[in-house]
Amino acid sequence: MEDNSFNSLIPFGPQHPVLPEPIQIKLVLEDEKIISAEPAIGYVHRGLEKLAEKKDIHQSIYVVERICGICSFMHALCYCQGLEELTGTEVPPRARYLRTIWGELHRTHSHLLWLGLMADSYGFESLFYQCWRIREKVLDIMEATAGSRVIISANILGGVRRDIGPDMLGHIQKTAKEIADSLRDIEKVFLNDYTVCHRTQGIGILTKEEAYELGAVGPVLRASGVPQDVRSLGYAAYGELDFEPATETAGDSYARTKVRLKELRNALSLIIQAAEKIPEGEISVKLARKPEGETVSRLEQPRGECLYYIKANGTDVLSRVRVRTPTFANIPALLKMLPGHQLSALPVILLSIDPCISCTER
Amino acid sequence: MKLIQKAAGKSPWIIHYDCNSCNGCDIEILASLTPIYDAERFGVVNVGNPKHADILIVSGSVNYRSRRVLENIWREMPGPKVVIAVGACACTGGIFSDCYNIIGGVDKVLPVDIYVPGCAPKPEAILDAVVRATEKLVHKREELAARQAEHVAKLRAKDPKGGRNAEKQ
Repeated sequence: MEDNSFNSLIPFGPQHPVLPEPIQIKLVLEDEKIISAEPAIGYVHRGLEKLAEKKDIHQSIYVVERICGICSFMHALCYCQGLEELTGTEVPPRARYLRTIWGELHRTHSHLLWLGLMADSYGFESLFYQCWRIREKVLDIMEATAGSRVIISANILGGVRRDIGPDMLGHIQKTAKEIADSLRDIEKVFLNDYTVCHRTQGIGILTKEEAYELGAVGPVLRASGVPQDVRSLGYAAYGELDFEPATETAGDSYARTKVRLKELRNALSLIIQAAEKIPEGEISVKLARKPEGETVSRLEQPRGECLYYIKANGTDVLSRVRVRTPTFANIPALLKMLPGHQLSALPVILLSIDPCISCTER
Repeated sequence: MKLIQKAAGKSPWIIHYDCNSCNGCDIEILASLTPIYDAERFGVVNVGNPKHADILIVSGSVNYRSRRVLENIWREMPGPKVVIAVGACACTGGIFSDCYNIIGGVDKVLPVDIYVPGCAPKPEAILDAVVRATEKLVHKREELAARQAEHVAKLRAKDPKGGRNAEKQ
């Protein structure tokens, strides 16, 4: 039989309805099948690592927060933890618990946001709206506790900027339970709906070995069966709270959805636990001395492991800040998943790694 | 023509481009479209094709690589069109204005009609901007219609029997 197939090159992005952010993926297609994919980035590059070297250590918190607006709290936390390690500052226990609560609130809102975008990627608009409706409850808490909805700027070096009162802690616990209840409805659709399963099951498979070798992080790695979660190291107050990394073994888009749904439940339970166990006391201390030396600080963001390398020279201005963000680590895995699939599966696979381009390019 | 003018104020379609932003403004723009704030009650629909859009919402400052994309999107939109700059970075460059890769606010590249300050601005502010942009869109359409009418009148005065343009009217 004569081979009538031909290759075509499709530039996907930078402006595309399914992409909330600009990234270009150059696709080589054989008919409708993806043969290879190559990313072209740089549309969101600002040069924030360099900017953090111009500002002093306290101002730089606001710079690193704006690496990514979705997980801004985590970026600031990672940076602060690094500097606290360099200066030998002991953070008060109440501050550690408050950081855990805000951190998990950020994870909750980020995962709900992702679930919505994922539903949108296969054209399920009402499900998208339902996820975002639930998410607003988390943002209301952020606004009530820190004064802003997305970039809350709650971290300072040596602790947190604001305290959360007992009334508010009660309200947070109540809301976390409400969200857990309303999760049950959307969970059903994501896990059992025929059409949704058809679009996600067996799509974008990443085996355990591939995930490990390509250096995937976060839910992408855990959905392939590697139970790796930086929270197990016990930074902030995670060492004193009960939690287990959520894992799946299938490694497809469905498994990644399932892992994030489990993590949502984990995050809500962590919020409730932390609000119960939170000790009384100070919420911040001054830095013990000027930072000197170099360190690597790690933590688990909603998208995976984030890594900060900080080098200080004994003054208020840092010599170097290097950020390795989770999406950057997941892009090789994404390129491994794409070949062999139909073009129509591309949005689902792309969204399944939860890409955060402004993190990637800084 | 009058019907189109009347309808224009009722259903402005928007296109959103994340120019160089940190995502903070983008998720607030999306939040203003979703149930709690619900911009769709004003007939606002988020579209992916610039050729269908009346209002361009830009978040984030402009860098050397995204500049071309932004200009292309703006050029592909049919006139009259309105540009909204959402967020401190889109207005002036904000915290990023010292960065080496940043040109500045959106107004360095495009004519901006409405500025929404804040980092990140609340959905209420974005909704307000969209409503004002709609008013501006109606105004711009009226101006355009008036200019067209003036042009036709001039042609009629020059050639009373009518050229092609005059015949159509």
